[in-house]
Order: sequence, then structure tokens, then C-alpha cells
Amino acid sequence: MNDLLSIEDLRTVFRTPAGEISAVAGVSLSVPRGKTLGIVGESGCGKSVLSLSTMRLVPPPGRVAGGRIMFDGQDLLTLPDADMRALRGRRIAMIFQEPMTSLNPVFTVGDQITEAMRAHDRDASDLVLKARAIAALNRVRIPAPERRFDEYPHQMSGGMRQRVMIAMALSCEPDLLIADEPTTALDVTVQAQILDLLRDLQQQTGMAIILITHDLGVVAEMADEVAVMYAGRVVERATAKAIFDDPQHPYTLGLLGSIPKLDEEHDRLLAIEGAVPPPFALPTGCRFHPRCVFADAACKVTDPTLHTIGEAHQVACLRAPVESIVDAAA
Amino acid sequence: MTAPRKDGLLLEVVDLAKHYKVNSGLVFSRAAGTVKAVDGVSFQLKRGETLALVGESGCGKSTTARLVLRLIEPSAGQVWFEGRDITTLGGSELRAMRRRMQIVFQDPFASLNPRMTVGAILEEPLKVHGIGDAAARTQRVEELLGLVGLAPYHAKRYPHEFSGGQRQRIGIARALAVEPDLVVCDEPVSALDVSIQAQVVNLLKDLQARLGLSYLFIAHDLAVVKHMADRVAVMYLGRIVEIGPKDAVFATPRHPYTRTLLSAIPRPDPHRETARQIPGGDVPSPMNPPSGCHFHTRCAFASELCRTQTPALRPTDDHGHMAACHHFETLPDVVVEHDRTQAPAAAKRLALYAERRARGPASAG
Repeated sequence: MNDLLSIEDLRTVFRTPAGEISAVAGVSLSVPRGKTLGIVGESGCGKSVLSLSTMRLVPPPGRVAGGRIMFDGQDLLTLPDADMRALRGRRIAMIFQEPMTSLNPVFTVGDQITEAMRAHDRDASDLVLKARAIAALNRVRIPAPERRFDEYPHQMSGGMRQRVMIAMALSCEPDLLIADEPTTALDVTVQAQILDLLRDLQQQTGMAIILITHDLGVVAEMADEVAVMYAGRVVERATAKAIFDDPQHPYTLGLLGSIPKLDEEHDRLLAIEGAVPPPFALPTGCRFHPRCVFADAACKVTDPTLHTIGEAHQVACLRAPVESIVDAAA
Repeated sequence: MTAPRKDGLLLEVVDLAKHYKVNSGLVFSRAAGTVKAVDGVSFQLKRGETLALVGESGCGKSTTARLVLRLIEPSAGQVWFEGRDITTLGGSELRAMRRRMQIVFQDPFASLNPRMTVGAILEEPLKVHGIGDAAARTQRVEELLGLVGLAPYHAKRYPHEFSGGQRQRIGIARALAVEPDLVVCDEPVSALDVSIQAQVVNLLKDLQARLGLSYLFIAHDLAVVKHMADRVAVMYLGRIVEIGPKDAVFATPRHPYTRTLLSAIPRPDPHRETARQIPGGDVPSPMNPPSGCHFHTRCAFASELCRTQTPALRPTDDHGHMAACHHFETLPDVVVEHDRTQAPAAAKRLALYAERRARGPASAG
């Protein structure tokens, strides 16, 4: 086993007045060292809850109800709280979508970075930590880091703040970085800078990245492997190339058809009908069947499991590959 | 005042500007400077046409949209709507003009009153403009819901009962209630999920074809713009740096900033080698923009001239493609990236998907 992280049959549920709902319903994933796993899906598909579960940070009334999260040989779900705290931030770090709200407005950027370092290194002197923090800011290509160290978040642009977040996340040289929509709030030229930066830092440090996004363009640029999620499940898993060249699940096809391309003319985009079902009103059978153009009677009753259809390619669809049903009908 | 009237022209914006004074200090507040949010913007919009304003945050695209509707007062310039300068209209004349120009907002959650039913939301513009009696208005609400792919019973519901995509449909229906000629779409799809985005983009295109609407389409997503627009204007720090027919701007971008924007977009193609030229740094503060050409601090081709002199928009061909760059004639040719042709398996399945969709009973998308 060469995987740094492997998630097996993870279930995360939220208790609500209407009963328990499962935000993550039996997800299995793995990330090799030094590689990037892209998790794609629309809002409400469970991708953010999945990453919070991995950090053991699911807020109440949510809880992880089952499964295993193997990180470098140990199950994070059975780890004592103190050990998990030591690991969190040190070996697994996370960056979020909103660089405005993830930083505390009343402390300087330098205070916040050294605080994170201090949490994992109680003995270092203030001067050493400051030097390390400035080096971290320098590494994420913040110009004049000595000056920025004493600035407050509001004095920085969105891109600069996201760099600070990355500097903070990487300050302890984690093995795994979970990036939850890291560039969604940023302008496109700044997004390109941040993606380049993440790629370079990955090459330097050999960290693994879980990149959560809804943008298939970002996935194509960054990910080695891709998991497509829908309504709490992984519906397709493959290498990034296979997801774009050999898409199997109708939902993956719908996502690919929904994005306007820069150099192709379409009259209409191939949108997916309807919307993601709320987790308390999930359809029977395959969760995608009400929106699926290929669904038949069997899809309404049978819940498809993720099965292997090729090398490192898995799909959860009764009808895949979709051309087979058309051939059969002809 | 004489109107610069031309055939088929719906809207003409001339040297539009909006400057905000910035004060500093809480107690003894003093003028600290001026933000030139929009600084001399001119463009034209024909009937039935879509002009997209694109640019990054702070470039002044949303301010321009609001100035065109006169939701905020311009510091200078004129907005000619069908030959009348709406910046000089007052009171009832302005209100009557507002019936012809409507807006769809970015955030479908914040732009609908949570205490009003959808029926009341759609009826309100009709009441404001005194259109029809109660019965006629109710009928019109039903029509509008049908127009955007919702059902008549939705009129009794409240906004929170709808998903983001449905709410944006309600926002569109509200804009269309008074049968406007011009609809300003301020980032209408950027708050929506990808699959929902596609539904709303399709809807906007269908409505334009059916009702002959003109769109002023504000967006930062160039792929969506490529899909929607007939013409594109690229803005940077309050000025238009390039404007022209969509195909020309995308195929032969003349301004270095446009080239940067185009190469920065992540493409949905994992085989693509990313070799792009992204300028370092962020967009400078509009409080204190660089001298001369605002882009010179991030431009690979900047010369002394760029630092001192503001470039004017100059035609690059005879088809209305203009760029504000001193050096566009001598810039190296752009390497226009072509997306690799789709892999056969993907192409085949997407074609099947399209075929099934066309056949399917649902057509709300």
C-alpha cells in the first residue's frame, strides 16, 4: 500500500428534527503520496463534509457514523483526541475558500502564522518563529514579507490573503494538504497564480493534495486522479485523463456538457435537468436517476455500487457504458 | 440636445465616468483621494445584441451597469437610450424609461424579498408601472412563470422554497415582467452550480431569441461570455482596454491584458501543457492607479511611453475591434490555444447524451 490516505466506506450523518441525514454515504477514496486527488461535485454533494470528516472537524449535530480513515498506517477515527490535535495542522493541513473569513481581523498576519507554528513547537523562541514565518511568506511569493509580517488582513488583497493561508497551512510541512475550493473567490489571473504556486510547492515538498472544487477546468490542470461526487456518494473515480477522455457516469457526462468551451461554438449547453436532491428527500435506487437521461426502471429500484470497469476506473451506474444500452436497443 | 441616433442602436454610452471621493479619518475627516471606479467608458449596444463587459473585481464593470440604469448618478458622460440622454431625465420621465431597462442581479438569495410570495414579487413591477388590472396581472404572472420554466402554482410560494437556479429564474421573470428592451445581467450565473449555470445560460439565450432582448452582460467568466455575447468589452481599472466582436477578441486579442485573461482560464483538458504568462501581483488599487496605461505595471511589453501616456482606444481593423494599447501593432502574434479534440469515447457519449436530452420530455433547461 503506497497510499498516504485511504478512506474506506466513510459515513457522516447529521441529526436533524426530520431524522438523521447522511451527508457522506459510504465513500471510499485514496490519495497516494505526492499526488493530487480532485473531488468534483456541486453544492450539497458532500465534498466539504468529507474533508471536514477527514480532519475530524465535523461540527455538531454531525458525526462520523462509520468507516475508516487510514492515514499513514493509523486510523484517524480511533486516534485519541490529543494525538489527532498533534497531527492536525502538523501533518494534515487545510485551506478554505474564503480567505477573508479564515483570518482573524484583529491580529497581524505574522501573529497568526507564528501562533500556528507555536501550537506544534512550544520550545522555539519568538525570533526563530518570526524568521520561519517570514521564510514561509517568502515561499508563497509574497513580496516584502518582512513588511507584510506586521500587517493586518484587511491591508491585503484577496489573493495575498489566500497566500497567507497557504503559508500558514504549509508552515509545518504537512504530508497532506486539503484545499477546499481554494481559488473560487479569486479573480482568474490570481487563481492562475495560486494554482501555479500550489503545483510548485507540491513539487518541492512532495505533499499530497486533496483539491475540492466544482470547476472542471481547475481539476484538469491540477489533479492526477478525480472522484466525482453526487448526493453523498462517489459516482465515478478515475485518472484525470480518463474522466475527460472516457467519462462513464451520466452525471460526469452532464457536468462535462454543462461547461462552455472557449474554442467551440454550441448553440445550447447540455445542462443537467433539475437540481441536486436535498439529503432528506433522496430518491430510491440510483440517486441520480430523476435527472438522468439514460435511466430505466431498474435505476429506480437498484442502488448501483461503485464497480471497477478498467484500470483504476470505477463507476457506480447500472447503464454504463451508456453506448451499450443504445446498441442493445438497436 | 441632439441625439447621436443611428439605425438599430438601442443604447449608446459616451465618456461615462463615476468618481468617488474617499475620506480618511473618523473625527476630522478629510479628502484623501478619488477612486475613479469608471473613468471614461464609451460603447454602443444594438437591438437584439449582447455586449459583455468582462474584467476582474474592481475593474468597474458593475458600476458601469448601474450607471447605465442610472441607479447611481454619473460624475460625467451621457447614456443615450433610444436617442434620449437618460442622465438628464427626471421624475416621471425617468420612471417611464426604467420600464424599458431592467436588471438581473448576481445573488438570487439576496435579490428576492423573503417576505413576499413569488406572485407578489412578479406583480410588483406591474403595479409600479400601472400595468393592467388585478386579473390581468395575475394572468401575466402565470405567463412569466411559464416563460422561465416554472409552474403557475409556484406563484403562491416564498423564495426560500426554491433552489438557487429556480430563484435566478424568478429574478429573470421579474426583470421581464414589464417587457423591457434592455436587460442588464450583472453576473447572473456566477453564484450558481455548473449544471444550473448551463440551464440559466440556455434560458437567457432562448428568451433573447423569443423576445428580441438586448443584454448588457456583466461577467468575469470568459467561457460563459464566449457562449453568450456578440461583442465583448474588456475592462481594467475603470477603462475599456479592448472592445470588439466576440470572435475577433477571442481569436486575436490585441491588448496584453486580454491575452493574460484568456491564458489564465483553466481549461477542462488534462492533456494541456500549462505554459502561460501570468503577470505577477494583483490588480493595483483604483485609489492610486498606475500612471499612463493602467496595465503597465503588470505588462511584459511595457515601454517608457506606457508609463507616461494613457493609450486611447484605437481601431485594429475595420470591423469595430479596438484596443487601448500603444504597441498592439508590434506585439508578437498570439498563440491561440485550441482545445484538443475530444477523445472518441467522450465525444460519442456526449453525443448520445445530447440526443437523449433533445428527446426527453423535460425542457425546462
